[in-house]
Amino acid sequence: MLKIEGLKVNIGDREVLKGLDLHIKEGETFILFGPNGSGKTTLLLTLMGFGGYEITGGRIMFRGQDITRAPSYERARLGIGMSFQRPPTIHGLKTKHMVRLCARDRVVDPEELARKVNFEDFLERDINAGFSGGEIKRSEILQLMAQDPRLLLFDEPESGVDLENMQLIGSTVRELLGGGAQPEPGLSLKQAKSRKLTSGLIITHTGYILDYVNADRGQVLYNGHLCCEARPRDILEHIRKYGYQECVRCLN
Amino acid sequence: MKPFELNQFAFEGISHARIDDLSTISGADKERLIMSGVDVDEAGSRAGSFLHMDHGNVHCRSRHEAVEILDIKDALTKYDGLPGHFWTLVDPDKDEYTRTANEHLQGGYFIKVAAGAKIATPVQSCLFIKGQKAGQSVHNVVIVEEGAEVHILTGCAVANEQSEAVHVGVSEFFVKKGGKLTFSMIHNWGEHMNVVPRTGGIVEAGGVFQNNYILLKQVKYLQSYPTITLAGPGARARFNSVLVAPKGSYVDTGSRIIMDAPDTRGEIISKTITTGGTIIARGHIQANYAPAKGHLECKGLILGGGRIHAIPELDGRVEGVELSHEAAVGKIARREIEYLMARGQDEDEATSTIVRGFLNVDIMGLPDKLHAAIEKTISESEKDMF
Repeated sequence: MLKIEGLKVNIGDREVLKGLDLHIKEGETFILFGPNGSGKTTLLLTLMGFGGYEITGGRIMFRGQDITRAPSYERARLGIGMSFQRPPTIHGLKTKHMVRLCARDRVVDPEELARKVNFEDFLERDINAGFSGGEIKRSEILQLMAQDPRLLLFDEPESGVDLENMQLIGSTVRELLGGGAQPEPGLSLKQAKSRKLTSGLIITHTGYILDYVNADRGQVLYNGHLCCEARPRDILEHIRKYGYQECVRCLN
Repeated sequence: MKPFELNQFAFEGISHARIDDLSTISGADKERLIMSGVDVDEAGSRAGSFLHMDHGNVHCRSRHEAVEILDIKDALTKYDGLPGHFWTLVDPDKDEYTRTANEHLQGGYFIKVAAGAKIATPVQSCLFIKGQKAGQSVHNVVIVEEGAEVHILTGCAVANEQSEAVHVGVSEFFVKKGGKLTFSMIHNWGEHMNVVPRTGGIVEAGGVFQNNYILLKQVKYLQSYPTITLAGPGARARFNSVLVAPKGSYVDTGSRIIMDAPDTRGEIISKTITTGGTIIARGHIQANYAPAKGHLECKGLILGGGRIHAIPELDGRVEGVELSHEAAVGKIARREIEYLMARGQDEDEATSTIVRGFLNVDIMGLPDKLHAAIEKTISESEKDMF
């Protein structure tokens, strides 16, 4: 699904990612850990193709295509979907309209999708106008449901979310990743799952999201390098006990 | 800036036959009127209609017993010169335009809504210019009696966008105790049009005046600064304006609210886009009593040249007033474009989405047909925007 080879990224003159290799397979969810300033968000924004993140080396392959230089709308259309931490308000653009935009040529029912994240009351409001942290998360997930991406980029799904909403967000992210697949008449669970294989790349500090999604692998991004591949829960436990410094030293 | 001489225009001499049935209007005129909010198939959708063409009235009809619509000349005869109303909120000696309107009274609408009547469908009026070198001067008076409610849609338009003409319009609005007047004005002018409205209004205790103004097409010169006085406790006024100035337009316009009683509220929101023209976006809120709350919001986008000069003014004259303003002149935020691009929109689609949001007029509560016409006009003029 996603193959990153030797990726180097500069912000201005500063090298933030210093040669990164990462392979995420179809249907696999990868958890990214790392202290503040280690380059996690930079990696996500670079994958989405944002301006200000200069790729100085390496390449990004997505579903067999080299997207290293592709504009972000092409990446979105190919199937990369990102949840924004602090999305801008766009005045006069109703949430309902935004949901339809995300779906592009596909027909979606914004009301029905909104019900899943308890967001019907916001459909007539301008997108992100006065939304709280938890509301932003639900709005972003609603848009992603409409966009139906093959690779989900999610920067801290738990930030700003109260415990009550964490359950809702966690289970919806799980559904987006295909983990919520149910056996249907004439379709085994295995078949239902394979019908849609969505991969995930999730940044988490608290690890709450691990209670909901079936995360296969994880790594620590430290000082621009990926290291310490292990099961996400093991990494988390190690960081909790010893902090990042020790985690890096030990696992290297 | 003084772009034109009034004596270059004829204020007399162009007359048109009466139009008894607006639905007989066809072709380009009909399209132009629809764009300006005039529903020519008005039976059922309008509580009354008024049409002034060049120098005189051609249609005047009420469809509701509580709504009186007259040509102003007939109203002056019927009501002995309309004492206490006519020329009370605008000074006839204010400038050469008001003097011209005073000298050459061609007509204009007189609309009175009976006390307590809540009119469900809008009353429509249109001041239409067809003649070349025509000088149009009208005087409008609107009286909303105690507890009455009405929505007046006014379209001011020129038939041929190439015509050179001038429009002078004096308007005086009276909203009595507990009354509500929603006044929506849509301007459709042309590249050689000069437009100088002069407007005053007074809102009594508990009354509401809501003004919507839309200008999307080119105009050579437009200058206006309507002033509403909130004269009684609990009175409220709100102005919403959406303006686009293409290359060649000079638009100097604003809204002024004088809060002359306690417990009053005023709000002025203007959204302007220049694509090469000049916009002077004024706003003025004055509070003489407390408590009083006023907010002024002035947002401008410069897309590919032009000038926006925002002049928001707040004048609190007593302790306890709360006045605020927010003004911004700039470009489309890169973050907003990137957000939409990450959802699959290319840069042009994203820009269009943001501009359409910026010009969104949902808040004005306009009839569906007019709303659709405005959306159409915006999408047509988009190609000049970026």
